[in-house]
Amino acid sequence: MAQLTCKNLTLGYEGDILVHDLSFEVNKGDYLCVVGENGSGKSTLMKTLLRLMNPISGTLTTGDGVTAREIGYLPQQTDIQRDFPASVWEIVLSGCQASGKFHPFYTKEEKQMARENIARMGISDFTNRCFRELSGGQQQRVLLARALCATRKILLLDEPVSGLDPKVTNEMYALIERLNKDEGITIIMVSHDVQAAVRYATHILHIGDKIFFGTKEKYLESQVGQIFAADPKTNEVEIPDTENSCMPVVSMCEACADKIEMPNAENSCNEKEDTT
Amino acid sequence: MIETLVYYFSFPFVRYAMIVGVLIALCSSLLGVTLVLKRFSFIGDGLSHVAFGAIAIASVLNLTNEMLFVLPATVVCAVLLLRTGQNTKIKGDAAIAMISVGALACGYLLMNIFNTSSNLSGDVCSTLFGSTRVLTLSVSEVWLCVILSIAVVVTFVIFYNKIFAVTFDEDFAKAVGTNVNGYNLLIAVTIAIIIVLAMNLVGSLLISALVIFPALSAMRVFRSFLSVTICSAVLSVICAVLGILISILAGTPVGSTIVLIDILAFFAAFVVGHIKKS
Repeated sequence: MAQLTCKNLTLGYEGDILVHDLSFEVNKGDYLCVVGENGSGKSTLMKTLLRLMNPISGTLTTGDGVTAREIGYLPQQTDIQRDFPASVWEIVLSGCQASGKFHPFYTKEEKQMARENIARMGISDFTNRCFRELSGGQQQRVLLARALCATRKILLLDEPVSGLDPKVTNEMYALIERLNKDEGITIIMVSHDVQAAVRYATHILHIGDKIFFGTKEKYLESQVGQIFAADPKTNEVEIPDTENSCMPVVSMCEACADKIEMPNAENSCNEKEDTT
Repeated sequence: MIETLVYYFSFPFVRYAMIVGVLIALCSSLLGVTLVLKRFSFIGDGLSHVAFGAIAIASVLNLTNEMLFVLPATVVCAVLLLRTGQNTKIKGDAAIAMISVGALACGYLLMNIFNTSSNLSGDVCSTLFGSTRVLTLSVSEVWLCVILSIAVVVTFVIFYNKIFAVTFDEDFAKAVGTNVNGYNLLIAVTIAIIIVLAMNLVGSLLISALVIFPALSAMRVFRSFLSVTICSAVLSVICAVLGILISILAGTPVGSTIVLIDILAFFAAFVVGHIKKS
């Protein structure tokens, strides 16, 4: 049985439907990348998987020894966290609250688990440092260690490399790959970075106007996959009007990929520029 | 100077003021860290104005024990304000501003229309600035304050880890199964209780200072949640004791003196923080 099964999910807010009829399943050891344009419902899907919100219709079931609360989560950083006075130790330890029963203080086992996860992420030297004084990559490792305290089975990563420089980005991907391959932890990652997605993932879920779910190989063969994941070096997809596009083609700006199909992509392109 | 203090402390009401002052300073500083970090610094202000409005209603209704009405009313407003979250039509800061100003205006209007005492502006002034109320506490009020303070401190210690988790990352806490709404409710109720208590000491206008200054000062100097919380509690108590002593000796209003000391402590912490960094 799959660890996570979604059947005919419809997602959105109050009458505003973002994703229609979405079905997919995640098995133990999978590395699933969720890709799609901004506003296509990636974060909504993520919130639904975490049971932070309910789907409009459809079912979401967990199985294979995983309960709904055993999904570890690496969220995007919030404003609050940027000036939060907290040590690495306190943050990682706060991942150990999932055990269900209420007990006011952390047990010895939980502290041991936190220590192990800190070591696993290679941040033992920072244990007593203040979170906000760490670099972006180090902060992500701290939050990853916290997520590992909450689960040993599934990790949900929300844009884990956003805002990181290329070197740290690669280190982060390598770390995630190690967790997936060596420790058998199922990974579900929401990402903008389609290139990395097809490099590391075993499965791809593409949401947007067209929904695609399947293995990476099938994705690369599919129409939507060819547009999004075309290797820039052997890029045979014609992208018209590149001088107006907001980012160089090499980095595969999603809004530019829109351009191929949507004549009014100009707006989304400008918006993208504003936010970056 | 010592003799003067000993002389003053022979009066029970001075001792009561000191006990209540220390307890309130302790309680308000504990949740201050959480409120500042959750961007709710102004909730103290908003809720204290609600309490002011509630006091006005209570005195118009001629209730014998104001507390029985003021406390529930403030708790309800605290719950409404803190639960709003992201999905409301009116955002957090606007909601606080709205309720705060509205309650203040209604309270004053009620007091003005149904004027029961001869000295209206004196009444309003003492509710807003708490200048004399802290010196007219009855034994039962002191006991109520002691009991509620103990309740607040015990609650805080028991739920400390959960409060940290909910403050640092609400979504994560929710995702791993923590009852986030429950804890937000707990924080809201606790802060409402603290504010109603603190109105006796510093009056409704200065409560924010008692809640946020110790937390902000501690955040300049310390780098972990636990040390910030402890430092903020210690600092707040020290400032309250100093403020009360000075106000006794110099005859200044208690509330504003304490707040002034808090402000000085903040600047001291600011300097210490800079030195520590470099």
